[in-house]
Amino acid sequence: MLPTLGLLLGCQLIGEITARGFGLPVPGPVLGLALLLAIVALRPATASDLRPTTRVILAHLSLLFVPAGVGVIGNLEVLSADWLPLLIILVLSTLLAMLAALATFLGVQRVLGGAPS
Amino acid sequence: MTGVAELWSYLSAAPLTWLTATLLAYIVADTAAKRLRNAPWANPVLFSVLILAPVLWGTGTTYGTYFEGAQFIHFLLGPATVALALPLWDNRETILASVAPIALALIVGSVVAAGSVIVMAQVAGLPREVLLSLAPKSTTAPVALGIAEAVGGIPTLTAVLVILTGIIGAVTVTPLMNLMRITDWRARGFSVGVASHGIGTARAFQVNPVAGAYAGIAMALNALLTSFIVPLLVRWML
Repeated sequence: MLPTLGLLLGCQLIGEITARGFGLPVPGPVLGLALLLAIVALRPATASDLRPTTRVILAHLSLLFVPAGVGVIGNLEVLSADWLPLLIILVLSTLLAMLAALATFLGVQRVLGGAPS
Repeated sequence: MTGVAELWSYLSAAPLTWLTATLLAYIVADTAAKRLRNAPWANPVLFSVLILAPVLWGTGTTYGTYFEGAQFIHFLLGPATVALALPLWDNRETILASVAPIALALIVGSVVAAGSVIVMAQVAGLPREVLLSLAPKSTTAPVALGIAEAVGGIPTLTAVLVILTGIIGAVTVTPLMNLMRITDWRARGFSVGVASHGIGTARAFQVNPVAGAYAGIAMALNALLTSFIVPLLVRWML
């Protein structure tokens, strides 16, 4: 577990340094993700060492959003008079984005003749 | 009573209290969600917030004090994002076989997510800075805040809109997909990842590991793409 945490933090740190150092519009952890993927691709045995820890973290991904979620309640007044149109727009836009991505994904798959799962 | 008051004044300011409270609230929320068989509306993030908010309000605790404890959990978002490399690796064969659907669904999903809010905000006659704060709402919070700042939005407003978008996607994805009888976990996961970032991804992992992996890819790629697309759309559409 500790080596895994060390590796995750190390990848994130290198990602942060790269993103900031080169002024990239990408968050450090996303670069860290790419780096870890490269490490696992170079040495596939690493994957089985990492899996027990990453599985626990990803199974409780929701927990990590709770502090930010609590912040929303404290900041709801920034929505001010526009809260109703904003809420309607958020719901419609989220549904539209999901449907558009879904239709494209399935459509391209069908055109290319990929086997649906 | 001074003893109790002193103890409370220590506890209410101690990071340990709010760290523990956050963890306990999540355990209760997660247990409740599982009892409800992960029903779409039984979202653990939403439930935890609904438990914690009255506690903070009732004890007169500011968000700053709360966050001193909760930051240790918040901090783990970074390593958790890095950890998404594992499900990507585990699903590499199906992912490599679906590169074309992934690439096109990413572009279309990302453009629709940002473009639709710009159009609707214009129709609704919302102020310009509110519109600019809305545009990056489907991408992960740190990226969305950076974009909002760059295009002239209000970062605090964007933070609230991003979290709300995540919860909306996480709550609506299952009924929407079931209604449309979509059984392809790759397409289901990818769609929610594009539209509602990490909170949508957390929901996808709750439902199916393949959906989770695809949501993770969508979230990571959309973080990259949105930072290019939003400034372009703002330039073209406004």
